[in-house]
Amino acid sequence: MSPKTLYDKIWDAHVAHEADDGTCLLYIDRHLVHEVTSPQAFEGLRMAGRPVRAPEKTIAVPDHNVPTTPDRVNGIENPESRIQVEALDKNAKDFGIHYYPVNDVRQGIVHIVGPEQGWTLPGMTVVCGDSHTATHGAFGALAHGIGTSEVEHVLATQTLIQKKSKNMKVEITGKLQPGVTAKDITLAVIGETGTAGGTGYVIEYCGEAIRNLSMEGRMTVCNMAIEGGARAGLIAPDETTFEYVKGRPHAPKGAQWEAAMDWWKTLYTDEGAHFDKVVTIRGEDIAPVVTWGTSPEDVLPITATVPHPEDFEGGKVDAARRSIEYMGLQAGQKLSDVEIDTVFIGSCTNGRIEDLRAAAEILKGKKIKDGMRAMVVPGSGLVRMQAEEEGLADIFKEAGFEWRLAGCSMCLAMNPDQLQPGERCAATSNRNFEGRQGRGGRTHLLSPAMAAAAAITGRLTDVRELM
Amino acid sequence: MEKFEKVHGVAAPMPLINIDTDMIIPKVHLKTIKRSGLGVVLFDEMRYHDDGQENPEFVLNKPAYREADILVAGDNFGCGSSREHAPWAIKDFGIKVVISTSFADIFFNNCFKNGILPIVVNEEHHAILMDDAHKGENARMTVNLEDQQITTSDGHVIEFDIDPHRKHCLLNGLDDIGLTMEKDHHIDKFEEHASQARPWV
Repeated sequence: MSPKTLYDKIWDAHVAHEADDGTCLLYIDRHLVHEVTSPQAFEGLRMAGRPVRAPEKTIAVPDHNVPTTPDRVNGIENPESRIQVEALDKNAKDFGIHYYPVNDVRQGIVHIVGPEQGWTLPGMTVVCGDSHTATHGAFGALAHGIGTSEVEHVLATQTLIQKKSKNMKVEITGKLQPGVTAKDITLAVIGETGTAGGTGYVIEYCGEAIRNLSMEGRMTVCNMAIEGGARAGLIAPDETTFEYVKGRPHAPKGAQWEAAMDWWKTLYTDEGAHFDKVVTIRGEDIAPVVTWGTSPEDVLPITATVPHPEDFEGGKVDAARRSIEYMGLQAGQKLSDVEIDTVFIGSCTNGRIEDLRAAAEILKGKKIKDGMRAMVVPGSGLVRMQAEEEGLADIFKEAGFEWRLAGCSMCLAMNPDQLQPGERCAATSNRNFEGRQGRGGRTHLLSPAMAAAAAITGRLTDVRELM
Repeated sequence: MEKFEKVHGVAAPMPLINIDTDMIIPKVHLKTIKRSGLGVVLFDEMRYHDDGQENPEFVLNKPAYREADILVAGDNFGCGSSREHAPWAIKDFGIKVVISTSFADIFFNNCFKNGILPIVVNEEHHAILMDDAHKGENARMTVNLEDQQITTSDGHVIEFDIDPHRKHCLLNGLDDIGLTMEKDHHIDKFEEHASQARPWV
């Protein structure tokens, strides 16, 4: 048998039907659902009189537009958001799918809840009507975002019509320098490949620096595979993965655990398997990074300066000019001189316990700059609870951060957590697009530790200066 | 879904690269539980000023392009969020074809589910089509899916590739779910096999 990549193996194990032209029906093991991209899909099912084919494999949680202030227990004020969340309440009940309602302690961002509850397991196919579904690839699961029509398709048939992507390998060799995190890795990769560099591919991340990451870090890396254009990101499961999964509420137990482990241990890329594209980055070469523009590929080390549009080629010259103007920056300006007024720590990229620990480590015993608006939005109710038990919440509150309830919050600003025009935010989220965090708002993407450093100094800051 | 017919109409130029789905439709418009009526907010933040007035500089607000049927866009169109509201808004505005040198994967898929034809062309052809689009309302382009050809206003013919299954579905207005349900027995068989092989799933 010819050697296979990890992607090949998971793909082959899930093809329910292959047509002569290579179009496949790919079987879906887990379908995650949230309130924003699902109402039209459930409506479609109702109109056609179709049930959900596998409700036991379908898990729903409201996250995108739920408020994160404590008063949300009294209901959602915004009528449109409320209608969407109520629609999900009803759809979950009517169609008999697993559900974590707003006020359940297990509620949170769908991509944090799935792994936390043990729904996401190695070797699975996982989809969700959300592009950051790539997160689950950290477990060696083939996971990607889909549109609402495809949500309806999966609800009705538990399959997706797919053609296979190409294989891409991203290897991060060696060790990371102090102050450099999983977020810096994933941003550095996008800086290298561009936002379309992964288009048409599934990326497998490998190498010593990836192996040494915790599951939280691996999720951060895979989460942003989509920002590099890839359909999905994958990391082969290993002892770190198995240890994380074991004992979670929906993980297999007893004899089933043993059987699962037998298969999971075969989930790696065979020696000599073919990759259509290979990118290698030395872990030692990665610095703490920030974004300067309005595309996630606009990445530079914090020690760098804002580039000149003329430094680029082709369509990027105009795009860079537009970005610099939108961001209110000057070419040649030092990134570490850029003053910020808002800090957001959270999101499916960096809303897990390890992220909060990293930020708290920098903030311990310090205060945020006067006038700074800073908030921590834990990725789930359980992350929030754990952070309170570990004393992290107290560190954040004493430093001057708001301590919020779980949700997507200011990552996409569908709920009340938004930037005003011209406000500038250091954010641990995943997109710095124009208007992403609020119309006219300006976003610099960075790691949780870097966000904490920026909150203290009031400007983009090299976290290594505070370590 | 409606059958995809030959399109003969105005093409609007949007040379900016990396146009993301937040630009195509900002999140404030994702709170709907319907698919319709989003055309008016297509490219909302570029198309309207903060006070809600139209920005006359934006291409789709210019008299020549208000009724555009085709969009010729810069590289990596539709990147970012998976929101299908983006193609819903494009379709509702009246655009049936988007042409670029590349598209983001999820957006590309979403187009086909909504009767929109996304066409990938090489840089040389893209430059020709972008020039043609800049000519305005008297320069009408024709997109013929059956023959896989784009004809510019001055008669230049550019051929394009498309996946045969997707072409078939667009031309015949086929509903994916109905098609897949015809293969139900394959899914049953797969589930039977998978429940033996991976009972923990």
